[in-house]
Amino acid sequence: MHEHDVIVVGAGGAGLRAAIAAQEEGADVAIVSKLHPVRSHTGAAEGGINAALREGDSWEKHAYDTMKGSDYLGDAPAIETLCKDSPEEVIQLEHWGLAFSRDEDGRMSQRPFGGMSFPRTTYAGAETGHQLLHTMYEQLVKRGIQVYDEWYVTRLAVSDEEDPTDRECHGVVAYDIKSGGLDAFRARDGVILATGGPGQVFDHTTNAVANTGDGPAMAYRAGVPLEDMEFIQFHPTTLPSTGVLITEGVRGEGGILYNENGERFMFEYGYANNDGELASRDVVSRAELTEVNAGRGIEDEYVHLDMRHLGEERIIDRLENIVHLAEDFEGVDPLEQPMPVKPGQHYAMGGIETDENGETCISGLYAAGECACASVHGSNRLGGNALPELTVFGKRAGQHAAGGDLGTAKIETGKRGDWETGEVDTPVEPGDVSAPGEDVVADGSGGTTTSSGGSLSPEKYVQRALDTERERVESLLEKDEGRQHAEIRADVQKSMTRNVNVFREEAGLKQALRDIRDAREKYQDVYVADKSSTFNTDLIQTIETRNVLDLAEAITLGALARDEFRGAHWRKENQERRDEVWLKHTMLSWEDGRPDLWYRPVVLEGENKTYEPKVRSY
Amino acid sequence: MSTQVPEQTEEESSADTESQSQSAAQQARMEKKRDRAAQRDQQREAEEAEREFSEDGTYLLKVFRYDPEIAGKQEPRFDEFHVPYHTGMTVLDALMYARDEYDSSLTFRHSCRQAVCGSDALFVNGRQRLGCKTQLSDLEEPVRIEPLPHQEVVKDLVVDMEHFYDQMHAVEPYFQTNDLPEGEQLQSRENREKIKMSTRCIWCGACMSSCNIAAGDNKYLGPAAINKAYRFTMDEREGEDMKEHRMKIMEQEHGVWRCQTQFSCTEVCPKDIPLTEHIQELKREAVKNNLKFW
Repeated sequence: MHEHDVIVVGAGGAGLRAAIAAQEEGADVAIVSKLHPVRSHTGAAEGGINAALREGDSWEKHAYDTMKGSDYLGDAPAIETLCKDSPEEVIQLEHWGLAFSRDEDGRMSQRPFGGMSFPRTTYAGAETGHQLLHTMYEQLVKRGIQVYDEWYVTRLAVSDEEDPTDRECHGVVAYDIKSGGLDAFRARDGVILATGGPGQVFDHTTNAVANTGDGPAMAYRAGVPLEDMEFIQFHPTTLPSTGVLITEGVRGEGGILYNENGERFMFEYGYANNDGELASRDVVSRAELTEVNAGRGIEDEYVHLDMRHLGEERIIDRLENIVHLAEDFEGVDPLEQPMPVKPGQHYAMGGIETDENGETCISGLYAAGECACASVHGSNRLGGNALPELTVFGKRAGQHAAGGDLGTAKIETGKRGDWETGEVDTPVEPGDVSAPGEDVVADGSGGTTTSSGGSLSPEKYVQRALDTERERVESLLEKDEGRQHAEIRADVQKSMTRNVNVFREEAGLKQALRDIRDAREKYQDVYVADKSSTFNTDLIQTIETRNVLDLAEAITLGALARDEFRGAHWRKENQERRDEVWLKHTMLSWEDGRPDLWYRPVVLEGENKTYEPKVRSY
Repeated sequence: MSTQVPEQTEEESSADTESQSQSAAQQARMEKKRDRAAQRDQQREAEEAEREFSEDGTYLLKVFRYDPEIAGKQEPRFDEFHVPYHTGMTVLDALMYARDEYDSSLTFRHSCRQAVCGSDALFVNGRQRLGCKTQLSDLEEPVRIEPLPHQEVVKDLVVDMEHFYDQMHAVEPYFQTNDLPEGEQLQSRENREKIKMSTRCIWCGACMSSCNIAAGDNKYLGPAAINKAYRFTMDEREGEDMKEHRMKIMEQEHGVWRCQTQFSCTEVCPKDIPLTEHIQELKREAVKNNLKFW
């Protein structure tokens, strides 16, 4: 058994920042990650980091823009924390050497992004995430922080009190991908989940193959609520054949969208008469699909994004990476031709419920970055707000886990304070296929052990989690026939893209739940054909697929429950925002193998003011 | 174990080639890219026309297989997979298809699918390439896919990257300065432009695997690590004394002077980083600073 003060799971931007902060706070910290840190998907982020750095800008303006962009579903204390801390974090990154793009006077460049009242998106070409990831990994090397890379965390070691808010997290269990052994990692002070997004729930996504939502799935099954899972951002400009992202920076610099007839549809069809191409991502995504559905798409699939008029010099200076991406992954030279683009799954606004210090309702368990929901983005994330989220909340989680004093959080977690129960009419029973209490070790949701009611020592909980995982892996490897994960995963991904996409309606959402139920039944028979203990990706992907199932279901349940149109979530039956009913977060708790739906009011009271929901006119 | 050494076909270039100015290099790169794209379009059209007549529309892959503990795979072998082709299909797409449809034990690293995570550098038809960035239509059939040469094979296409990481870590690969202002440091656009290409490295290891010197001298820092050092040495924000400190690391026995300017690293770099030029520039810098060399 390995032992450290703080264990960070995942080594993207949030995980690296958390580890550095925890160490600076004096903790013995280690990172456990299924990928080597530099392979993390933070590296694919292109656009930039929003920070109020310049004269004429302020954190208050950034907070106002973010709250408005969230369509009033963000929590003010989280949003204000993000906006206040971001400038300091950007300066920190600059001090660590990040190669930001520069103005003539040598200061860091900033550019306009959608939904921003000031050009505050600080960037490094169209590869800001790559620069950020590598800069932070360099700091990790400098500090000698231990990394267990290619170790896949499969379970959290959490105590078993009846009420999740009484539970405590004591460590994790991880599988050594290279040599095949399971081992336990005891965390004396805290575990920080920084596992990234769940994009693999969909089949057309900008996310990496590794983005399977492991953190949210593990936290969910350990008793932490998932928050606002229905809010999925579909980015309007992804390459049709691969889902590779074309940054919003292209439109920020002046790129134009055209339909098949060469019409600038954002204006000509009145989708966004003021903001045009820089309208909110959900508006542009729906506009594109509406064009395609009306027969004005190219090859009935996509629209064109044209940046040729910007000129080669400007394109190479600010967007060179895009030239390479379009050429390498779509065979189009954007200096000569418009780029084909269509909406693709890009970002999950929801995730593991945390407060503004990154802590969940389970003591000693934290989450930061895309896997978490503080909630900063509410129902829609603004471009350039994901990278500051990584650094700001990664740092806070690291500090807090290591014993730093950040003051009492204003955001409540778990079923405490103000909350109400919810109900949703589902066509099939969601949750585990097996009855509660049955042996469901094979699909990772439970164990054969009986509850101790919280009476065991931390070491015993960690050992018990390790035993459960051994049983699970052995049972997956023992079987010689059955279903394979690839088939199950593909079925769910297709159904999610068909039914839980940009446009959502009740019948489609119910169909998705049926498909997920089918997939869960098939998963009961899943087996791993590769019996090797060396680099067994068949086994890893089989375990990941179970996580994909739980998250697909959570996203769909939230989408079915919320019968309104807010931010990125559009419902055919109710195409307007309904503040009188829905100014609240959708919460899902895993209780005895069943998702339990409940709600918590949004916190609109900020430090100096209360944010008043305004009619959405953009 | 290691797979066979690739034949060096690149022409040797003289060591005293003056490095081009950054903008000229940029332009050359863009032109190269455009040429490649035009070539590819032509080739693709020709091949697509051909394919219409082909009977099954599949590509034949020959994939290296090895597993230290599975009977039948302990002796390295090549497996054949016939993968149905679609326009735009990459080597990585084909490998994923073969794994998901034919053999779930087929093992390779991959994640982002967009040439930024650097996981899937492979030896494809005798050359180091990123699987995700290589169009099948650019390749001759059968497509032979092997793990990176000069590295221990863990299983199938997965190699041990530890040595590569050790070399990367050996050059103090982090920003250091003795003179940090309160607010942001200023950096000229020219200086940022100078280090830009060097910051693009994705740690895929293609360069190291292609380098004959690294193959013969295990202690040689190698092109990627030297490029990392270049990135900081040339960054004006670090200051002059730090530059001197970095040059001392570079002129050590297994540093820049080992490079014999074969350009193989530059040829294979999927991010078009002028690695050899960067190494040459550091050599010149060393001479300029009157540092002793070996």
